[in-house]
Amino acid sequence: MAAGTPTAPTASNRPQGAQRALEERGDMPPAADHRTSMAGSLRDAATAAFLVFVLGFFFLGVRSDIAPGGLTLTFRWGLLAIAVAIVFGARLLLNIFVFRTARPLTQRMGGAISAQGRAFPNLGKWLGRALFAFAVILPFFFTYFFPGRERQYIDLAILIMTYIMLGWGLNIVVGLAGLLDLGYVAFYAVGAYSFALLAQHFEFIGFWTALPLAGLLAAFWGIILGFPVLRLRGDYLAIVTLAFGEIIRVVLLNWYEFTGGPDGISGIPKPTFFGLEFVRGEGGFADFFGIPFHNIHRFIYLYYIIFILAIITNLVTLRLRKMPVGRAWEALREDEIACRSLGINTTNTKLTAFALGAMFGGFAGSFFATRQGFISPESFTFLESAIILAIVVLGGLGSQIGVVISSIVMIGGIELLRNLGFLSQIFGPNFEPTQYRMLIFGIAMVLIMVWKPRGLVSTREPTAVLKEKKRIGADMVAQGEGH
Amino acid sequence: MNERQPLLSVRKVETYYGKIVALRGVDVDVYPGEIVTLIGANGAGKSTLMMTICGSPQARAGQILYDGEDITATPTHEIMRKGIAQSPEGRRIFPRMTVMENLQMGASLVAAEHFDGDLKRIFELFPRLKERSSQRGGTLSGGEQQMLAIARALMSRPKLLLLDEPSLGLAPLIVKQIFEVIKELNRTDGLTVFLVEQNAFHALKLAHRGYVMVNGNITMSGTGAELLKREEVRAAYLEGGRH
Ligand SMILES: Nc1ncnc2c1ncn2[C@@H]1O[C@H](COP(=O)(O)OP(=O)(O)OP(=O)(O)O)[C@@H](O)[C@H]1O
Ligand SMILES: [Mg+2]
Repeated sequence: MAAGTPTAPTASNRPQGAQRALEERGDMPPAADHRTSMAGSLRDAATAAFLVFVLGFFFLGVRSDIAPGGLTLTFRWGLLAIAVAIVFGARLLLNIFVFRTARPLTQRMGGAISAQGRAFPNLGKWLGRALFAFAVILPFFFTYFFPGRERQYIDLAILIMTYIMLGWGLNIVVGLAGLLDLGYVAFYAVGAYSFALLAQHFEFIGFWTALPLAGLLAAFWGIILGFPVLRLRGDYLAIVTLAFGEIIRVVLLNWYEFTGGPDGISGIPKPTFFGLEFVRGEGGFADFFGIPFHNIHRFIYLYYIIFILAIITNLVTLRLRKMPVGRAWEALREDEIACRSLGINTTNTKLTAFALGAMFGGFAGSFFATRQGFISPESFTFLESAIILAIVVLGGLGSQIGVVISSIVMIGGIELLRNLGFLSQIFGPNFEPTQYRMLIFGIAMVLIMVWKPRGLVSTREPTAVLKEKKRIGADMVAQGEGH
Repeated sequence: MNERQPLLSVRKVETYYGKIVALRGVDVDVYPGEIVTLIGANGAGKSTLMMTICGSPQARAGQILYDGEDITATPTHEIMRKGIAQSPEGRRIFPRMTVMENLQMGASLVAAEHFDGDLKRIFELFPRLKERSSQRGGTLSGGEQQMLAIARALMSRPKLLLLDEPSLGLAPLIVKQIFEVIKELNRTDGLTVFLVEQNAFHALKLAHRGYVMVNGNITMSGTGAELLKREEVRAAYLEGGRH
């Protein structure tokens, strides 16, 4: 039997095989019954549309406004008609392709994608390389192909890259060490405030001097949080870290003399390029290199800073995964008692995971501060932690490329919403799609979890393989297969 | 053999789970190069003794000496660095990690230069593990998992190997294989083994000496052959045929 052939799955853990079996259910012969008939689908869709009509009549169709001299009623039949039509169409399509068919489309899609994964085992690696190459040239790509809008796109890329870095940082704690941390934003805040406060009180402190300090302070707070929660796991750990995140925010909010409270801190210095500032005129970056001044230079520079910070996070994580401490994190996630019986100091292992994850959060935080130029506790709410955690979970716990994909999808997706002009034509001029981002987050999460219960990238790359020279057997040489 | 200093000496050890007493003054000695087995009914306290030796839970009274050094109050991870390795009850391999990674975890406290040589030796003892080196631990069969648990413990180059019920749930043929390996390790490498077993017949045949535990007390001890002949042992642990 060849190594790697999956044997019968044990009850305690469901290997890939289980998911694969589910996906392959689609190959069953279609059970031809009335449920799959076209008339049934139509009837069902009509029922749903009727329900929407009844429910939506007062909510969508009639609108009351307060006007001088009492309420005025406006009728919006067009909107109601659109809602009914959308529900009818969507329900019909779902019926035909998903609910009332022997081979639901979702299963076929899942099957096709995982079949691809099996056919090209290096797909992830190549995707990673392609994304990396694109990220390297990204600012120039946008300035060249989208002149006039490059600032907007590079700004978005900076935002996505920040979340990728945060996701990678949290991945150490949650994905590798298996410690569910709901308060990660606390370290992001510590990093941001460290830089802002240092810069406020000491003239000579710039971004590059503050960066390591911010990282260290965040790591320190990571250890502070780590100590009391050493014995906790799972849900209890989640509650305590959640509280920790809130405590930090509330302290920042109420310690007015030190942090400026809700007013925040402004005037945070911009990063310099080896002492060169990105300003117009004498002594600026453009002047020094003899190129015409352009605002975009600063954005490109910011982009490369966060890109390099993120890449460092990734490289450190990948490297550590192959070293004893990284392997100990993963082992800790699997079985703490076994770890201890192998002589692993679980206390130190957990604390290093917390400290390292926090440090990268701190780096990202001070980058955030320098990019914004202004910070206030409002930027560090629980929602932020939830988004970062969602990125890690949706990407597939422990998967580095998964974090990239889900950051692009989630952060990019929200931004895309902002630009969907036609939505406000349907829902009225006051419709602000970004207000619905939590709703959309929720829907996206449910959909992804239904479709891929273990995250987008659920395969775990082993860190070690048996090193052995392949011996070429005589039979293979005879067939010309040796290589 | 007995005039030497014991490698492991458990003296009047009492262990509690909260208020419940699990060990009531246990004395056990294991000499270098010996295979010693501990047999007893379910719930007698065998696993508790093994875990107490490893420091979790710690003994409330009595003393545990390893190589003459008192380790009664030493933290678990430090005890396990002194040359004691354990294959715990229920195997506890890392299910999502591959066989290779599990073995690396076992070797994480050993200088890297030993790794390749040790690995070769392990794969000689358990050829099955070599075949399956890139398979995830959780998808191994029960027997393979037990082999992996022992192999992982061996990767830390122990002087004393603690095994808790390695035969649990395994087919007789696999049990025999595993016991062969234990014997082989003891004979050629001089490894000292402390073996907790339900499978009294095989364990007593394999071991130089044995202890019988009832309700947190050691009630009998002697050489394996002696115990096998004792009427009480036969009645309690051998009749009804587990062999
Ligand atoms: N964590 C625990 N908390 C409370 N009581 C425990 C705990 N672990 C074991 N016990 C109790 O201690 C006693 C001894 O248990 P132990 O596991 O040592 O038995 P054992 O001899 O290994 O049995 P088996 O052969 O079934 O494995 C039992 O009565 C058990 O219920
Ligand atoms: Mg037991």
